[in-house]
Amino acid sequence: MINISDDNFHHSHTLNGHIETEEDIRQYNYLNLGPTHPATHGIFQNVLKMDGEIIVEAEPTIGYIHRAFEKLAENRPFYQVTTITDRLNYCSSPINNIGWHLTVEKLLGVQTPKRVDYMRVIIMELARIADHIICNSVVAVDTGALTGFLYVFQWREKIYDIYEEICGARLTTNIGRVGGFERDFSEKVFQRIHALLEEFPTALKEFESLVMRNRIFMDRTINVGKITAERAMEYSFTGPNLRAAGVDYDVRVMSPYCSYQDFDFTIPVGSSGDTYDRFCVRQEEMWQSMDIIRQALKNLPEGNFHADVPEFYLPPKEDVYNTMEGLIWHFKIVMGEINVPKGQVYQCVEGGNGELGFYLISDGGRQPFRLHLRRPCFIYYQAYPEMIKGSMLSDAILTMSSMNVIAGELDA
Amino acid sequence: MMRETTPDNSYIREAVLHEFRNDVKSIEESYGMLDIVIKKPSLIPVITWLKQHDILQFQFLTSLCGVHYPEQKENEFSVVYHLHSFVNNIRIRVHIFMSENDLNVPTLTTLYAGANWMERETFEFYGILFDGHPDLRIILNVEDMNYHPLRKQYSLVDDTRTDKDDKYFGR
Repeated sequence: MINISDDNFHHSHTLNGHIETEEDIRQYNYLNLGPTHPATHGIFQNVLKMDGEIIVEAEPTIGYIHRAFEKLAENRPFYQVTTITDRLNYCSSPINNIGWHLTVEKLLGVQTPKRVDYMRVIIMELARIADHIICNSVVAVDTGALTGFLYVFQWREKIYDIYEEICGARLTTNIGRVGGFERDFSEKVFQRIHALLEEFPTALKEFESLVMRNRIFMDRTINVGKITAERAMEYSFTGPNLRAAGVDYDVRVMSPYCSYQDFDFTIPVGSSGDTYDRFCVRQEEMWQSMDIIRQALKNLPEGNFHADVPEFYLPPKEDVYNTMEGLIWHFKIVMGEINVPKGQVYQCVEGGNGELGFYLISDGGRQPFRLHLRRPCFIYYQAYPEMIKGSMLSDAILTMSSMNVIAGELDA
Repeated sequence: MMRETTPDNSYIREAVLHEFRNDVKSIEESYGMLDIVIKKPSLIPVITWLKQHDILQFQFLTSLCGVHYPEQKENEFSVVYHLHSFVNNIRIRVHIFMSENDLNVPTLTTLYAGANWMERETFEFYGILFDGHPDLRIILNVEDMNYHPLRKQYSLVDDTRTDKDDKYFGR
């Protein structure tokens, strides 16, 4: 009879008289998690050193969809950089677009009307909801709960319908212009936003009651993928991941942009920095975002839907066809023949997954001299090996989805 | 500890100049952010001081990136650090400049764990060598790429390609 028990295995190693330590006889396996593991939501690779089911070490490889955004940006007129930002965190493109518009406006010294700020706030908070819907419902999928994902996903589609009504695009939105919007919100936009605010809370409540106090979900997420507040700060974490660890840093409050100081909202924080806390922080942020949208709709000021920036804002078509001035500006803007002032600016916005920063150096030319994109998930994903060390393989997948790592932003 | 005033840009300017008068090349405010250019050997002392200062507490490294200025002779490359003090809610930008013949910069990974990948990215794009970095390999492009693509001498279109003939594109 062949005995393959552990006792026999240990015994065979001590035959030559040398007593081996436990470390000597421990056998590690190497496992390629990815590229394109179905649960990792993008192209990620991690080479895992496994001791049975326990992860000992992880070595992430990134860059599978690197598209050289920073180099591309140096070769484009300012207004064409907006379409690059769409492709960073593509779950919340409008935040990225507006972040870029704010950067250029800061460099030009443009003061936008209050109405533009409030319209932007509405769109950015809708984008935050869309982003968090995907992230949180996918966390639920990775614990085995597919129903919630399919159920709340239709509200992301309804948010995309609102984008479509505003700018004509759904995913890579290219929303707005430097200085404001190309047109005012139509009546249909308001109807759709009101309908969303009417119906979505019920669905979100149902989703919460499905997973939030669910025994299986809690067992799978509590104390999984933990990080302490100190470590998260050292790793330059931002966004919901940092707040889940207990640091109440939010760009909307610390460096207000787009009149966020006019709104009354709370910043949810967690305490243990684990997967469950990240989930709960995002969940609460969706409620807060809806509250912000309600306030913005209620207090939406009258006024113009764009600032007066002739260098960047296309003149109305009647002027282009009937006046020399209008035609010249139209041509200059479309061809990107606009010189911007010399200077360096850093502008950041609270993106779906953290502080999205634009460091722009202008040498007075028609294209950025240098544009550095501070991509939040590129910075916090480097803590991933540390966060999954000692956990099970299935927890590693859950940790990744709860970190909201978006391949487009990670790889730039 | 009670503080009488929250530090602002002029407070930081005075404090930095008081401590590091000989290390600072220039210090000015642009678009509301203090912009400090320091000599390269002073990088670690200045950043350590900013991080560990009792009042300033710049404990958060927001971003780190390289810049290439081909026309500035002897100062062709720059590394830019954005630091943030959460306690005082104030940001600061620190620059160092270096010649293309001397691209060694001390690493910040000992002070901020998050500097690891940011420095790898800067090395990849500009070839800046971070001394003491635990794992200085390129991170986004293919492993065998042997040039630094964000340097200004490289055009956007890949110069090494032979399958594109300009005459077919009217150039």
